[in-house]
Amino acid sequence: MQSARARNIASKVIMYVILVIMSFIMLVPFVWMILTALKTNQEAISVDPFYIFPAHGWHWENFAEVWKSYNFVLLYKNTLLMILFRVICACLTATMAGYAFGRLRFPGKNFLFALVLVQMMIPAQIFIIPQYLMVSGLGILNTVTGLVFPGIVTAFGTYLLKTGYEGLPKDLEEAADIDGCNIGQRFLRIMMPLTRSSMVSLGIFTALFAFKDLMWPMIVCTRAETTTLSAGLAKMQGQFSSDYPTMMAAAVLAVVPMVVIYVIFQKQFVEGIATSGGKL
Amino acid sequence: MKEKAPRKKRTAAQKREAVWAWAFVAPTIIGLIVLNYYPAVNTVWQSFCKTGDFGRGNTFIGMTNYISAFSNTETWQSLWNTIKYAIIEVPFGVVIALILAVFLNKKLKGTSAFRTIFFLPMVCAPAAVAMVWKWLYNQQFGLLNNVFHTNVAWISDPNIAWISIGVIGVWSIIGYNMVLFISGLQEIPGDYYEAAEIDGATGIRQFFHITVPLLSPTTFFIVQTRIIGALTIFDLMFMVMDKTNVALQKTQSIVYLFYTYAFTNGDKGYGATIVVILVIFIMLITVILQRAEKKMVYHA
Repeated sequence: MQSARARNIASKVIMYVILVIMSFIMLVPFVWMILTALKTNQEAISVDPFYIFPAHGWHWENFAEVWKSYNFVLLYKNTLLMILFRVICACLTATMAGYAFGRLRFPGKNFLFALVLVQMMIPAQIFIIPQYLMVSGLGILNTVTGLVFPGIVTAFGTYLLKTGYEGLPKDLEEAADIDGCNIGQRFLRIMMPLTRSSMVSLGIFTALFAFKDLMWPMIVCTRAETTTLSAGLAKMQGQFSSDYPTMMAAAVLAVVPMVVIYVIFQKQFVEGIATSGGKL
Repeated sequence: MKEKAPRKKRTAAQKREAVWAWAFVAPTIIGLIVLNYYPAVNTVWQSFCKTGDFGRGNTFIGMTNYISAFSNTETWQSLWNTIKYAIIEVPFGVVIALILAVFLNKKLKGTSAFRTIFFLPMVCAPAAVAMVWKWLYNQQFGLLNNVFHTNVAWISDPNIAWISIGVIGVWSIIGYNMVLFISGLQEIPGDYYEAAEIDGATGIRQFFHITVPLLSPTTFFIVQTRIIGALTIFDLMFMVMDKTNVALQKTQSIVYLFYTYAFTNGDKGYGATIVVILVIFIMLITVILQRAEKKMVYHA
């Protein structure tokens, strides 16, 4: 018995040691990013590795400078609008289609659902050139509409919501049917509110994907004032590549909003990713 | 369920249901056709074309693009670079995440704090992550070389750069894989472990005899999505590897090559060819993985 307890404690200690080391590795880049952002360039390129904290005052003005010189207000605005419209479009179209595929019977259902499933297996890179040509042809390059464009519908979301609707009990709808509700009312009043958790998962997934995407905003929004945070950083890197505090300040500004949202809505984030899995 | 063969008229209710259903799926289906199916076909068509000046006007040139792509070592090199990236990201990203998930599933104190930390890179834009790592890797002033008193050209030595980028990939993906593993672990019934405990099986034996087989559907799902994710890597490469980087040829991924041709050089036809090659490659991998699933996944 004694040895079993000792072994138990030993294994706990080993687990904690590994977890702490891993946490350290995960956090070092973040910490170094923030500390560099608060130094002068002179301090940042000091070769003493134990020169950790800025010695001559913390240069918070680095943030203000990069904020102004790269017009972060617009980057935030564009990113926010893109995320907002993509989430709205994805949730709206996917919940409708998901309901039809999950609960209704209609001719052509299997074929149409196969279209949804096959799209999920095709790597998205094959869509990009024609999508770009369409956006360019419609004259919506360098607009939020252009940024939202490929995300108007979502095969993955449709699949996710279909699964959500299928899991709901059958008698709910039958009761509504007897009460004389038509399908539209049944959907809006009874079924849709019950799939809220699937919708939240899809919303988080869509928002994260849009936020992290780099190639599409780089292609359709080439002007600095029309692009997103991700693509904005790519532009900045070309400009300030040797001004390390400025670059790190920009990286902090790009990362902070989502990190704050994540820390607040942690449970939803983790559950959303765990249930949607998907192709992030 | 198939309806019976001599189907006469649909009832009015069935008709109404079908009309509603078509209206509901219409936005999605039309969207998929316009935004995905037409573009996929169009890309394949363009891959047989030469793009005119200013990216306008396609002339059909048959297999010419494919012949030049296959005879160009650059294509093969970037395909190989992509595989090398996957060889680092997938196994390390999966194994480390599995170990962490098993630890965090033990209900130790502080579990949620650890989970928050490991998942953090998942909510950061890869563009920002790449910038930070590029700074850590900086040969002259970077943290790594200064702490370890080395002088390694982490991202400009062709023999090392692919590993350095793989490390960023692993760092970025651990949290995501871990969250999926944790939800898989929670589905394994506790009785199995209790029975093993009574039989006197140690933690490590329990891991290999209970956890690994029962978790294999989750593991397979993660491995499959990560392989495909790794084979389409772009953001990290693009941000870390400058156009002037001497190691670019030996590290650039196939999607990077596609981006360069299609959007930097404006040669949409050749870019389309590269992307079609990539898609065929991924389809092949998917088929192989589907075959492998039957052998490797333990279905209880």
